[in-house]
Amino acid sequence: MDLSPKQSSPSESTRFPDEVLERVLSLLTSPKDRNAVSLVCKDWYTADSWSRRHVFIGNCYSVSPEIVARRFPRIRSVTLKGKPRFSDFNLVPDNWGADVHSWLLVFASGCPFLEELRLKRMRVTDESLEFLALNFPNFRALSLLSCDGFSTSGLATVATHCKNLTELDIQENGIEDLSGEWLSCFPENFNTLEVLNFSNLITDVNPDVLERLVSRCRSLKVLKLNRTSSLDRLQRLLISAPQLTELGAGSFSEELTLQQHAELKYAFGLCKNLSVLSGFWDASALNLSAVYPACSRLSFLNMSYTALQSPELASLLPHCPCLRRLWVLDSVGDKGLEAVGANCPSLEEIRVFPTDPFDEDMIHTVTESGIVAVSQGCPKLHYILYFCRQMTNAAVATVVRNCPDFTHFRLCIMNPGQPDHTTNQPMDEAFGAVVKTCKKLKRLSISGLLTDLTFKYIGEYAKNLEALSVAFAGSSDLGMQYVMEGCSKLKKLEIRDCPFGNVALLSGLERYESMRSLWMSACNVTIDGCRSLAREMPRLNVEVMKEEGSDDCKADKVYVYRTVAGPRRDAPPSVLTFSGL
Amino acid sequence: MSVPLEHDYIGDSSMEKTGDVSIITPQQKSTTKLVSSLSMNLKATELRLGLPGSESPERGDGSSAELCIGLPSSKSSVSRPKRGFSVAIHGGSGNWVFSPGAGGPDNNFSSPRNNPVAANSEQGQAPKDSGLPPQSSPATEKKKAQAAGSGAGPASKAQVVGWPPIRSFRKNTMASHPTPKNSDVVEGGDHNPNSGGSASSTSVCLYVKVSMDGAPYLRKVDLKTYGGYKDLSLALENMFSCFTIGQCGSHGVSGRDGVSESRLVDILHGSEYVLTYEDKDGDWMLVGDVPWKMFIDSCRRLRIMKSSEAIGLAPRAFEKCKSSN
Repeated sequence: MDLSPKQSSPSESTRFPDEVLERVLSLLTSPKDRNAVSLVCKDWYTADSWSRRHVFIGNCYSVSPEIVARRFPRIRSVTLKGKPRFSDFNLVPDNWGADVHSWLLVFASGCPFLEELRLKRMRVTDESLEFLALNFPNFRALSLLSCDGFSTSGLATVATHCKNLTELDIQENGIEDLSGEWLSCFPENFNTLEVLNFSNLITDVNPDVLERLVSRCRSLKVLKLNRTSSLDRLQRLLISAPQLTELGAGSFSEELTLQQHAELKYAFGLCKNLSVLSGFWDASALNLSAVYPACSRLSFLNMSYTALQSPELASLLPHCPCLRRLWVLDSVGDKGLEAVGANCPSLEEIRVFPTDPFDEDMIHTVTESGIVAVSQGCPKLHYILYFCRQMTNAAVATVVRNCPDFTHFRLCIMNPGQPDHTTNQPMDEAFGAVVKTCKKLKRLSISGLLTDLTFKYIGEYAKNLEALSVAFAGSSDLGMQYVMEGCSKLKKLEIRDCPFGNVALLSGLERYESMRSLWMSACNVTIDGCRSLAREMPRLNVEVMKEEGSDDCKADKVYVYRTVAGPRRDAPPSVLTFSGL
Repeated sequence: MSVPLEHDYIGDSSMEKTGDVSIITPQQKSTTKLVSSLSMNLKATELRLGLPGSESPERGDGSSAELCIGLPSSKSSVSRPKRGFSVAIHGGSGNWVFSPGAGGPDNNFSSPRNNPVAANSEQGQAPKDSGLPPQSSPATEKKKAQAAGSGAGPASKAQVVGWPPIRSFRKNTMASHPTPKNSDVVEGGDHNPNSGGSASSTSVCLYVKVSMDGAPYLRKVDLKTYGGYKDLSLALENMFSCFTIGQCGSHGVSGRDGVSESRLVDILHGSEYVLTYEDKDGDWMLVGDVPWKMFIDSCRRLRIMKSSEAIGLAPRAFEKCKSSN
């Protein structure tokens, strides 16, 4: 921190040399901190720009690639999110946009030292993957989550050309799965892989190739196999990679002989460092017992791809004393959840997915009792995602009383507009209890029969709320107004099938520029309302997705987001863009 | 789409055991070949896209789940019948074992792999051929037909796009248990150019409702996942044991030596329930009379009946169960 003796003017004598400032700032890694730092003064803005290594862009259309590359020429890692979240549920047309290619073109010249790319809900073509593989010589880590537009051929080009690849993480994508050949495209001497996740691919990879790859990548920490991987293969892989910290097993349904079972159990026992387990399609109870030796340090168990029954879960959990996160299907039933409450005192997150979301004849496999049982045994719970067919206000109130630290509360009562099944009242008081009790609440998803009162509670109490998801709820525009006026930290609001119209839409004028985005579908908003909004707020993009055969003046799906890049030019014909510019 | 389920009959050794089996005439072959997952010898499965009654999968519009619904992977359906670690219930299964203690340490291993997962191809339902609106949720025609047929209001719910909010990927995975496109258990199949996430079809599953007198709700089981009457009995027993008096012990890992046959035999004699089924003609029959394959072909639903109501069936059942499979 020595100041150069040549500096004479007062302002200069108190300046840090740029290098020092950059060095200090580079110790700040959180994007929020960095953003704050960059606002202090021009010097700090510049220093941050030169030293920023990672950029997180929550909405790819909020900024243009040129702006990003110009401001942060030395970034190494980019995270980009594209389509609105409701595209996961088929509410967004396929050709909507969010194509990564234009970003890659700009980065190739502007940020050629890019090493990591993490994309969520973006469109990625094989062409883009090839471009990526060929134009970024230092490229190391690729993560694709819920993306679409590419095939296994694209993966093959990445495997072939990215000599220093450490991470290949392909999850839940709309990938055209042609063959497992891509894995064989890694060169024979390639050994830098640390993360390999192909759990959602369907075609089989060559088992010998996989084994050789795993045995030569000594730094491999994360391995997530796909469903076709046999237990035999798994056993061999575990033996050659006992250093794994995260494992996604493949199918777990095979019949094993006693000998094979013992061998598998032995192999699992070698893995002393496993903290994450997932996969396990069709797990049979006996096979699951082979996993027990690996569970002592387990912090995250994802059993949401196999319909575990309560006895199986109850047998498994005592072996996982450190469990902090658990994902299961509702096949475990309330009994299974009781076992969770009884065996997982450190549990912080639980997600219960429906085994069969569309069959209403199914018995109610998890009910309000289950969630209460978990809350009673797991006071540290702060994240819940719960799909159920019935709920009561009292149960939710009990849950948040037991666990007041919720940051994420996502309750999905699967029948739209369903009231409290014991009192027949709306579920307003349930969510009222949530927002009144959980002061740290950041994310809330509501469901069931709900009136404007729910929103009044949310607006009044949920002062830290950042993300709200609403469906089939509310009685009038007032509902949305309460939220827009009260939730000052709101960043993302998604609404479907609610009686909110233009008045509601326009009530958020003051709010939208501080939010990432607003989604409203199947509400009462009209094209005129959208036009007004765009006119009033020129720095918002207001997009309307028209459905075929719908009324001309209705705005079927509305997507509003702040942007410094102006209206986008790649929208398909079905998307109307309104802009005040 | 209302193509009814039809089977290929594959005569196998299991039929020879039943003394009084009548000649099985192979039914007319349908265009749909089914996997015989129940023959102990057959491992190969024939893959085919599309359930009877479903369209081939379109990945993009989310209707791929229609194809995938309720299909167990043939891998698992081959292996499941062999999973019965507990010793078989005595004699074939006319009289159905049901006892408080029966839900013992075996629960772990006998818990049925009946995936409660979605659309069944329940025989007897006459699915209407309702063309799906392009953006219909993957709740399929069957579901709608069922909903409409049962008169339950939810028919409109079945058509809500994107609800419940579950990612397509998860829907498809759970609904289909897809087998890999380019191979199944043994031989390689064709490479299907469909994009990932939608599964190629495997065997058709046979979900039938199971009701039990006095139970508050019904269950569904996939008959294709059981190897025979023994497996089915055990599975049903585990499923419904919580409704009988006495508790179900459900902990503990038991090995293959878990259950003694003699205990089950004792239970049988004291059983108070009888397992019956409704066949294609709408008649209520006692389970266990006919060869397993014939049974799963004709069974439309199951009912666990109190013995007191099964007068007239019981005596015959006793004889049958001694001689049958």
